[in-house]
Amino acid sequence: MKPFRTHTGMVVPLDRANVDTDQIIPKQFLKRIERTGFGEFLFYDWRFEPDGRLNLSFGLNQPRYRGASILVTGKNFGCGSSREHAPWALADYGFRAILAPSFADIFANNCMKNGLLPVTLPEDVVATIIERASASQSYELTVDLEARRVTDDSGLSASFVIDDFQRNCLMEGLDDIGLTMLHEADIAAYEAQRGSRIL
Amino acid sequence: MSRTLFEKLWDAHVVRQPEDQPTLLYIDLHLVHEVTSPQAFEGLRVANRRVRRPDLTVATADHNVPTTDRSLPIADPIGARQIDTLRQNCKDFGIQLFDIDSPEQGIVHVIGPELGLTQPGLTIVCGDSHTSTHGAFGTLAFGIGTSEVEHVLATQCLPQNKPRTMLVEVSGSLPDGVTAKDLALGIIGQLGTAGGTGHVIEYAGEAVRSLSMEGRMTLCNMSIEAGARAGMIAPDETTYAYLQGRRFAPKGEAWTKALSYWQTLRSDSDANFDRTIRIDAAALEPHVTWGTSPGMVVPVSGCVPDPAASVSDADRRASERALEYMALTPLTKIQDIEIDRVFIGSCTNARIEDLRAAARVVKGYRTRSSVSAMVVPGSQAVKRAAEAEGLDRIFLDSGFEWREAGCSMCLGMNADTLQPGERCASTSNRNFEGRQGRGGRTHLVSPMMAAAAAITGHFTDVRAWEFK
Repeated sequence: MKPFRTHTGMVVPLDRANVDTDQIIPKQFLKRIERTGFGEFLFYDWRFEPDGRLNLSFGLNQPRYRGASILVTGKNFGCGSSREHAPWALADYGFRAILAPSFADIFANNCMKNGLLPVTLPEDVVATIIERASASQSYELTVDLEARRVTDDSGLSASFVIDDFQRNCLMEGLDDIGLTMLHEADIAAYEAQRGSRIL
Repeated sequence: MSRTLFEKLWDAHVVRQPEDQPTLLYIDLHLVHEVTSPQAFEGLRVANRRVRRPDLTVATADHNVPTTDRSLPIADPIGARQIDTLRQNCKDFGIQLFDIDSPEQGIVHVIGPELGLTQPGLTIVCGDSHTSTHGAFGTLAFGIGTSEVEHVLATQCLPQNKPRTMLVEVSGSLPDGVTAKDLALGIIGQLGTAGGTGHVIEYAGEAVRSLSMEGRMTLCNMSIEAGARAGMIAPDETTYAYLQGRRFAPKGEAWTKALSYWQTLRSDSDANFDRTIRIDAAALEPHVTWGTSPGMVVPVSGCVPDPAASVSDADRRASERALEYMALTPLTKIQDIEIDRVFIGSCTNARIEDLRAAARVVKGYRTRSSVSAMVVPGSQAVKRAAEAEGLDRIFLDSGFEWREAGCSMCLGMNADTLQPGERCASTSNRNFEGRQGRGGRTHLVSPMMAAAAAITGHFTDVRAWEFK
């Protein structure tokens, strides 16, 4: 996994609440058996007209937001299906961090397994960031995972909370399966006392 | 110290509990399907890892399978490749697969319970958010992403932070024509789609106790639609009666031993929950969603809400957007909304009891000529049972299509999708934009309500239905 320590990048707003994983990556793109290549299908039904033309009224498609790597959006982002294709698509498109008042549980977990940082911020801070990203050209933010802080050049500075363990995994880009496998003796001991309870 | 059902299940599965780190939790049963597993198996291969417990891993193909004639090859080459990949992975790693031509094939959350794999006291995971369904048996069951699928395949464990607990206590009894689906929608309407985030819900109270296992599965299934990763119901006589004699259920002495353990699986009377919600079942009506999120729901006697009455600016904009997508005008009576399609199926409502309830409504009637309606049984076993009772004839005679088992138009990964602008009464679980097909408009309802809408062509209060 790509480590995440600090990231400075352009912010694109998606001012909608309850954006579900069906919107992030529609089902017709879930048939691939690879982890890569989902970025071009990100927000497909919003980014493209039914005939395949680019929908220029959708924020992400506007030239001014080209190259954005931080998404700021409404509450309960990533609700619905557990499809990890959603963070794969966001990361593949070029996002490194998502800022929102709240995230759905499974989605937030999935993001952290892919070096994509979900940052939970108070609603008023998110509103301010959306406003600034909408108003000014090339509005940039720095997301500092080490300091657990989001800052911009206009005086915004907001702290966020993240679990120590997850923070460490992200900062070091750790393989958490490998970490669990270090505890083989504990797993074997559990299995021995568990017996053949089922199956 | 007194504990909730969830805490008992959690404590019984702790492999390791280090300070300042997530708990390492043991997983008793891992259900696998074709869509969220290929990248996990690929990850194992790349890291040269094996599946630690293939004997605790069971697979089926359900999400993208066609629901038409199974003797024909799959028309969609990319979908077919995904199913072939599952087949190969199960073969390479020694995992039992209920393949597309198996008599046990079906939606993963339907066949787990049906085969007796789902048993009280277990931890169950699957790369699918509706894994919460299995909580109906007093299990800790939750959906995971593909990285976590890989983690469980490799280690049979998952590092997890302990969620908070919520009690949903449903008193009284559900009126005739008001089902577990309506209860689930009513709860989501009250909690909101993120109200359960970070929590595990336990459903309790007289109305929950009175539900069949099918009804309990419907209720737990929709927990994720309230944002909760898991929902659960303490096992009781209804649970044991459902399980006894099923293929993988314990037998003989093992059954007696299991039963004595299962009987301990209930929240202690003085256990503390982080949050408690109380619902009066008697006050509930059949429910219909009007928007693009399951929390956008009203009773059948109600109207499409006016966004101007929203409590916040964000809610108002969300409502306006939803109404625009759904092509609905504020204050339209729910029963005046006409529909084009009906889908009876999904892991929420495609079990035998659901099909019986729907068949009872349609018996002796014809579907409205402008409506195209289909029934997709949850599993091949449900399909056989329904056919043995003659339910297929009732549906076919009234104009419904009768399909093979799978997830089908709940998510529309196969050919079963809505056309742009089509409006559907659906027994599934998500009314998100485009979920059932780009531009499709989904209204979530119970099987009885979907059946009634197929006959009349618009939402109809099934409490006043004339059964034939």
